[in-house]
Amino acid sequence: MSMPALARMLPRRRISLGQVLIYVIAIVIGLVMLTPFLWMLSASLKLNRDVFTFPIQWIPAEPRWQNYVDIWTKIPLALFVWNTAKITIAVTILQLLTSSFAAYAFAKLRFPGRDALFLGYIATIAMPWQVYMVPQFLLMRELGLHNTHMALILLQAFTAFGVFLMRQFYQSIPDELCEAARIDGMNEYQIWWRIMLPLSKPALSTLTIFTFVSTWNDFLGPLIYLTKTELKTIQIGLRMFISQYSAEYGLIMAASVVALIPVLVVFLALQRFFVEGIATSGLKG
Amino acid sequence: MSSVADTTYDQSRPAAATRRPRQWRKSLVAYSFIAPNFLGFTIFTLGPILFSFALAFLHWDGSNPITFAGLDNFWRLFNDSAFITAFWNTILYTALSVPLTLVCALGLAMLVNQRIPGRNFLRAAMFFPYVASLVAVAVVWNMLFNPEMGPVNMVLYTLGVDPKALPRWAADRNWAMITVVLFGVWKSMGYYMVIYLAGLQGINRDLYEAASIDGAGAWQRFVYVTLPQLGPTTLFVTVMLTIQSFKVFDQIYLLTQGGPGTSTLVLVYHIYNEAFISWDLGYSSMVALVLFFVVLTVTIVQFRYTRQQTT
Repeated sequence: MSMPALARMLPRRRISLGQVLIYVIAIVIGLVMLTPFLWMLSASLKLNRDVFTFPIQWIPAEPRWQNYVDIWTKIPLALFVWNTAKITIAVTILQLLTSSFAAYAFAKLRFPGRDALFLGYIATIAMPWQVYMVPQFLLMRELGLHNTHMALILLQAFTAFGVFLMRQFYQSIPDELCEAARIDGMNEYQIWWRIMLPLSKPALSTLTIFTFVSTWNDFLGPLIYLTKTELKTIQIGLRMFISQYSAEYGLIMAASVVALIPVLVVFLALQRFFVEGIATSGLKG
Repeated sequence: MSSVADTTYDQSRPAAATRRPRQWRKSLVAYSFIAPNFLGFTIFTLGPILFSFALAFLHWDGSNPITFAGLDNFWRLFNDSAFITAFWNTILYTALSVPLTLVCALGLAMLVNQRIPGRNFLRAAMFFPYVASLVAVAVVWNMLFNPEMGPVNMVLYTLGVDPKALPRWAADRNWAMITVVLFGVWKSMGYYMVIYLAGLQGINRDLYEAASIDGAGAWQRFVYVTLPQLGPTTLFVTVMLTIQSFKVFDQIYLLTQGGPGTSTLVLVYHIYNEAFISWDLGYSSMVALVLFFVVLTVTIVQFRYTRQQTT
């Protein structure tokens, strides 16, 4: 906070009780929200027998960095990370391309059946995935995609939500812009690629984060589709590790920290877009 | 039919002769934009949805021939004690977690909406659990709430709670649901906080000033200005939260496996068990159909109710 702002606040008498109370509440809540993460980080640097000592030793006297070396050999963690990254990147790219492509037609072109088709999309947004996960699984099995990453990519790459989000954004772009481009001789594909895409960075960022986070953290999907160890994603791999070495607290915590880092990086990098995106797309829905 | 596009294009040529083929070609271009997503969407989402409705009226174990079941699966619901337990547990989970999350989210939004130093950090800290990996945070949660060694019970013990009276959290029939609800609230309230924050920032400042001039205190401003103005946001948050609560599965699978006993068995867990453990695909689809109609009904009722309130 800058000095003039402080100066403006200090002489007021209201700062006394209300303000202080708010600070205290804010600090307490912030700590409560973060405690599990701090405890995880702290425990990941401890020996098993030290994890549950009380009072909690937040900063281990002798941090055990070895935990972060051991997890890569105890389970094929690198393979799990690679599998998850592969699925997540494929889903995100497909989602961004096909959603923005379809959304352009829904927002800026006229054709018979447009509103009916869009209604079909909207109707499925409120449909819980769990309602149709069984038939979807049977379909994938018929296609021979059971125990493949392709199944997970296909079932997450074409969501109604993505089309909806992008269309809402495109509708806020003036039609005159497309008109002008058409007069200049651009065809629709060029307008999409050279005008709409560059303008829709906020919406694309929002969709990227949503897709990345939900695919990276997906649990039920990989649980149903992937039974072979070498195909597992980080979430079910971590789960397998937890059930196999249930007493290796330090190692479990270290592996958990590793599983959190990619999401943390994406979250911190794109946090601003995320918050804006939820605020706008959420309320319009 | 004739958009601005038509008129500008047609200025130089005789309109009637070229309109039809041109319109046809334009539609084709539009369909080509939709096709990639629509194909994937139809095959992998719309198709399975329609199939799931049909499957509810069939018998199938996934390998033997399918037979027609009529309403067998439907009548079976009423004799299936696990389904009935799962149904009421889902209602209980929803009844506990929706109001709690709503109040916490609104409280946090009001807090972060204040001009306090570090509010951006605070907002990020509150939001992070929502994006954090469920498996990782669930295992931490189970360790923190470990009945024998967990820090939560240790703190309660040092605060003077009788060791025999310490809750056994996920290991106790009576506490397991509460443990799962607390976890859900902690994990998701940051998301709804952000939605409330947007709602709060959309409230016209003049309303507060007018209320202050009329002599309204902080609490009165909250009740008579903030809450009514947030009406649409609250409706949206309630509907979203309710749908999410009825779909709850992952956190229960990771924290309690539906137990102890059946104390945290919920609808989606039952669907999962019937489909992927028992391979009773028709019956599991019938349970899924129940889930769908409950979600649909709740959503419609909430929208109706709020419309009555506002008009």
